[in-house]
Amino acid sequence: MSAPNGGFAIDARGLSKTFGPRTAVRDLSLTVKRGEIFGFLGPNGAGKSTSIKMLLGLVHPTGGQGSVLGAPLGAPSVRRDIGFLPEDFRFYDWLTATELLVLHGRLAGLTDAKARARAPEVLELVAMSPHAHRRLRGFSKGMLQRLGLAQALIHEPALIFLDEPTSGLDPMGRRMVRDVIRLQRDRGATVFLNSHLLSEIEITCDRVAFIKDGEIVASRDMADASAAGARHVSVRARNASAAMLGRIAPPATNPSLSGDEIRFDVPFEDAIADVVRALVEAGAQVVRVSPERTSLEDEFMRLVGEDHAL
Amino acid sequence: MSVHESSRVLRIVAGVTLREAARRRILWVALGAAVLLLAIFAVALRLQVLEFEGRPMSPFVRYQVESGMLMIGLYTCDLLAVVMTILTSIDTLAGEIGSGTILAIATKPITRAQILIGKFLGFSAMVIVYVALTFGGTIAVAHAVTGVLPEHALRGFLLIAFECLVALTVTFYLGTRFSTITAGVFALGLQGVAFMGGWLEQVSGFSQSQHIVTLGVITSLIMPSESVWRRAAFEMQTPLAGSLSFSPFANVSIPSGAALVYAALFATALFLAAIYRFRKRDL
Repeated sequence: MSAPNGGFAIDARGLSKTFGPRTAVRDLSLTVKRGEIFGFLGPNGAGKSTSIKMLLGLVHPTGGQGSVLGAPLGAPSVRRDIGFLPEDFRFYDWLTATELLVLHGRLAGLTDAKARARAPEVLELVAMSPHAHRRLRGFSKGMLQRLGLAQALIHEPALIFLDEPTSGLDPMGRRMVRDVIRLQRDRGATVFLNSHLLSEIEITCDRVAFIKDGEIVASRDMADASAAGARHVSVRARNASAAMLGRIAPPATNPSLSGDEIRFDVPFEDAIADVVRALVEAGAQVVRVSPERTSLEDEFMRLVGEDHAL
Repeated sequence: MSVHESSRVLRIVAGVTLREAARRRILWVALGAAVLLLAIFAVALRLQVLEFEGRPMSPFVRYQVESGMLMIGLYTCDLLAVVMTILTSIDTLAGEIGSGTILAIATKPITRAQILIGKFLGFSAMVIVYVALTFGGTIAVAHAVTGVLPEHALRGFLLIAFECLVALTVTFYLGTRFSTITAGVFALGLQGVAFMGGWLEQVSGFSQSQHIVTLGVITSLIMPSESVWRRAAFEMQTPLAGSLSFSPFANVSIPSGAALVYAALFATALFLAAIYRFRKRDL
């Protein structure tokens, strides 16, 4: 590992891409630690695919620099440790599923024997074993997507880029993708996941960055969020009244009353107990306290605006 | 990357490209057309032979007519090979870039130059086999029906294969710059220019116009494939047959060795430009 990137799997600094007058990505700076599941979230057309393509060396940045697994962007040698599922995976449709995987395994640097041994294993992983010897010609979009995921994993890469991996998949397929991503995390791999599906990112990722109009507008550590991010709190009290709102003091904010529910926000979970104690002292007959973490969807809507609603 | 690893990667890419190329319908249509043309060619030759048998004829004149017909057969086979080369290969870069098929390959531990060279080798193998079959078939038919054989058949075969590889290089270069349709029209258009240039030079033998010669030379510089054919025609005819100016394949303007060297340099430069473009472009 070279010193400058400090052990990051991905280190991008000020990457930009313009296509003629159009700016697809503006000043993209992000780091992804080794072993991390990183979610890249944004509406369609925000610059997610262009960003992933720059990190993979498929698209040449017009500005900035970066490294992937310690090597400059686009260095072929490091790609032996990289797997990539393109957004709309397709390949020669006369190949069978097994032939496709053996070919990609060999291209990724495996010996013929190793590629042949790995093909059934990854087919099993993506639940495609029954179709091992069928040609791609008859495959649905979801089946091609599963096969694309398998080819990205056949050489057990240290870093995996998945561009909209659940596109075209049914609920079972989406679950399979989540399980596969967790398996990769368990074996220590880093996963960079592009998606516009909030729930997918929320369930799977350790960290999330939001991209809008080619620019990262926020990032969020999911582990921190779940441990201390009980941001919205709802307290149900039989005798709730507007007068009680005055007892809600910082760090709690935004007190409001709706029927018998008192609502407020806190920056961290420990602050809830103080507010509830103050409400009880004010005579509130509290029957329920419901902390609600700000959902990714709320944050997404706040950041990208309703007009980009998914 | 070691030489061994590099050649391993090239073999993989060339192998899958050859298999992909061999599945193109256009290849089989072109082979079918070649078989049909050979059948027509065989009938025409046979009719000619029968016609000759009915009247007294000098063996010399008879030989000239029959070898002239052989040249027509070889020229047809040459044209078909060049068009087949362009049409089968035009999609391999432009099409795969457009469809995104290339993405899963270009992110493997392979350089873009290796992808392009591997693909070129795959198509070269297909083109050489195609030319060998159609060129060999034409000569075999002519020999079976009339007994004539071309002079320097091997040189002719190598030159026709070379002409196809020049066209293949042009197609690859255009494929790194344009969409499939644009690249295809461009490549066929250039071949048309070369075709016209070749005939202009040929006509200049009769008209003695220096301007027409110059125009022909310029077109041969723009696209040198047809001049390679004319050199092949020169190599395959007897000196006497070539000197008969009534033949469309008469040696009125024989491309020199320098013209062949130019064609080779042209193809090499374009191939390097294709690698450069492919490396620089976004996928």
